[in-house]
Amino acid sequence: MLKLLRTRLQQGYRTISYPARAPVLPDRFRGRPIFDATRCPDGCRDCAAACPTDAIRNDGRGVQLDLGRCLFCSECETACPQGAIRFTQDHRLATRRRDDLLLNDNAFGLAKALDGKSRRLFGRSLKLRQVSAGGCNGCEADVNVLNTVVFDLGRFGIQFVASPRHADGLLITGPVTKNMVLALQKTYDAVPAPKLVIAVGACAISGGPYVDHPEVRNGADSLLPVDLYIPGCPPHPVTILDGLLRLLGKIDDQ
Amino acid sequence: MTTSATTRPVRNGEAVPLQAIPQLNIAELRATVLQAVAAGGRIVALFAHRGDSDAVRLVAILTEDASGTLAVCSAEVGDSYAAISQECPQAAWFEREIAEQSGVHPNGHPWLKPIRFHAPWCKGDGGGTIGVTDFFTVRGAEVHEVAVGPVHAGIIEPGHFRFQCHGERVLHLEISLGYQHRGVERALVGGPGKRTIHYMETLAGDTSIGHATAYCGAVEALAGCRVAPRAQQLRGIALELERLANHTGDLGALAGDIGYLPTAAYCGRLRGDFLNMTALVCGSRFGRGLVRPGGVGFDVDTNRRATLLKSLDGAFADVSSAVNLLWETPSVPARFEQTGVVSRADCAALGLVGPAARACGIDRDVRREFPFGIFRFAQIPVSTWHSGDVFARAYVRWLEIQRSVAFVREQLSALHEGTTRVDVGPLAANALVVSLVEGWRGEICHVGLTNDRGCFSHYKVVDPSFHNWMGLAIALRDQQVSDFPLCNKSFNLSYCGHDL
Ligand code: SF4
Repeated sequence: MLKLLRTRLQQGYRTISYPARAPVLPDRFRGRPIFDATRCPDGCRDCAAACPTDAIRNDGRGVQLDLGRCLFCSECETACPQGAIRFTQDHRLATRRRDDLLLNDNAFGLAKALDGKSRRLFGRSLKLRQVSAGGCNGCEADVNVLNTVVFDLGRFGIQFVASPRHADGLLITGPVTKNMVLALQKTYDAVPAPKLVIAVGACAISGGPYVDHPEVRNGADSLLPVDLYIPGCPPHPVTILDGLLRLLGKIDDQ
Repeated sequence: MTTSATTRPVRNGEAVPLQAIPQLNIAELRATVLQAVAAGGRIVALFAHRGDSDAVRLVAILTEDASGTLAVCSAEVGDSYAAISQECPQAAWFEREIAEQSGVHPNGHPWLKPIRFHAPWCKGDGGGTIGVTDFFTVRGAEVHEVAVGPVHAGIIEPGHFRFQCHGERVLHLEISLGYQHRGVERALVGGPGKRTIHYMETLAGDTSIGHATAYCGAVEALAGCRVAPRAQQLRGIALELERLANHTGDLGALAGDIGYLPTAAYCGRLRGDFLNMTALVCGSRFGRGLVRPGGVGFDVDTNRRATLLKSLDGAFADVSSAVNLLWETPSVPARFEQTGVVSRADCAALGLVGPAARACGIDRDVRREFPFGIFRFAQIPVSTWHSGDVFARAYVRWLEIQRSVAFVREQLSALHEGTTRVDVGPLAANALVVSLVEGWRGEICHVGLTNDRGCFSHYKVVDPSFHNWMGLAIALRDQQVSDFPLCNKSFNLSYCGHDL
């Protein structure tokens, strides 16, 4: 028993104070990319050619980067001869609409909170059922981490539950493999309305590394209406937390 | 090895011309595999390869662990052949895959059914309905069936489990997977391309470093490229950090499954501390972007090295106290011991790998037997335990944590000077390479075959889980069905790594 208490003391208090304070991220962390299309030489398509998931369109009508497809691998940054594209440390990536992930310039429409009625329903207690529908288990791992003492998701009234019947919504990861379509649909149907759908990770938003494989659908919104998109491959846990808190109106800086 | 006349010996990470691989007839290949396994060897990979012609060849990669040699052979096969699994249980899963991918029928297979439920590669659309198959059933008074999944209660990947029970006692567990199948192996053909390394890093997200290292070993061998010592060291450090994160997380999760919350809470946080060390090196907690063909994508400067060493010491002190609580609290071993036992004989017959095999007292570790990269110069002692139960699988992880920490510390303190990445160049045409890495779950095997343009005509991935899922099924025999979560966690196998 004494040993247990000594260990408890040694382990200390470990919960981060996000969102009150900015998160501590490693200096090589790759957050939201920004670009300056005025630097692009005529006819240069190096970034688009380097991108593994064709997230960048650069066809003479300007550059467009689809954050929903982005793996944050920074191949484009390396490929660009002009330093026109750069990954920042900004971990805030969640949006409410798929179109908001299509970056044409550096304006970015971060997720807005649910409207009044939904917010009254879910704002103080949000129960989610997680469904893993393909993918690599990286996103699941970094969602799971929110339950550790470091993030302590419970303090925001958010909890993962075992049954869809106890849930207010689904948090989906993976591109939705054909083999998971039926299970995902049934799980969704089992959640009582009104319900939310949150797509976490490049896979669940666009198909990610597997985009356009015949074995997968290209993301959750091929099947279900999505209320919140959280990009990344995988998104950092603090990015996921930030998205969830924005949805519930617990963070509203832009 | 007695089979040397019919096989070509290869080293881990050695490219051989396709011509040099003995072309047997199917009866000879079958005999060769059986003989190698009977002599204490193991099937590392066994797969159907459809080359440019329409003919299908079976390719076998075999080993005799004790001698440190790999052996390759191949044989052309018609529409069917006599199943090897009739006499050799560890071939069973491989032959199910062969049938599913190529349409070639292993006659007399004791349990032929899909493993991923996709259409055969040669026949386009079709394929079975996921999860619909003839499950093994038990009949009799008071016998009942419990079906779980694909969607489970926690935040975990999908899979379907069928328990045949008598009361609480499990007579048999059947595991039916394929829900995570996203067509990666098929998509790798024709590569390498710009997505290839990303496929590797996402074969199993928690093993990004392990699989990326195996892939890089394969292409570097095919290109005849020599990786700088500093890059090899950094890869080794990353591989052991990956092991540290996952083993720590697993010990926490095992504690959680028996309701021992202090260790569960501490290890949950400490797993993240190891991931954050990887992120300090490359910006990604899972090591995305770190291992790249020709070396590594990021170097470690002096300041970063000092920070890493300090974080490592801090995390290790905390993991030690958290994990030692497990062994010192009598109710913990009481739940771990004699739960989910796999006998040494079953382990050998099934060809289990990784901590699951070492927990049955089998001294099997790629880092020692087929050393790759930095492990050719710096050996990590192999950790084993004899009892084959949940306790053994937990305890082996703790032993490995201690050894990985010592290794990372040693390597960080003695980094070679010099470059971290070199150009790889084009891949040899018409060649085969086997690349093995000891990932945290066990042996990762990649086999690359190139065509006459030096592109992949086939790329085979064998995640350790592929060998070990049957081990979990066996561990559940005669257990309480309520012990499934604990047994499952003690293996912690990958669904996506299996389903590909
Ligand atoms: S988005 Fe990336 S990390 Fe997440 S499941 Fe897909 S491949 Fe894995």
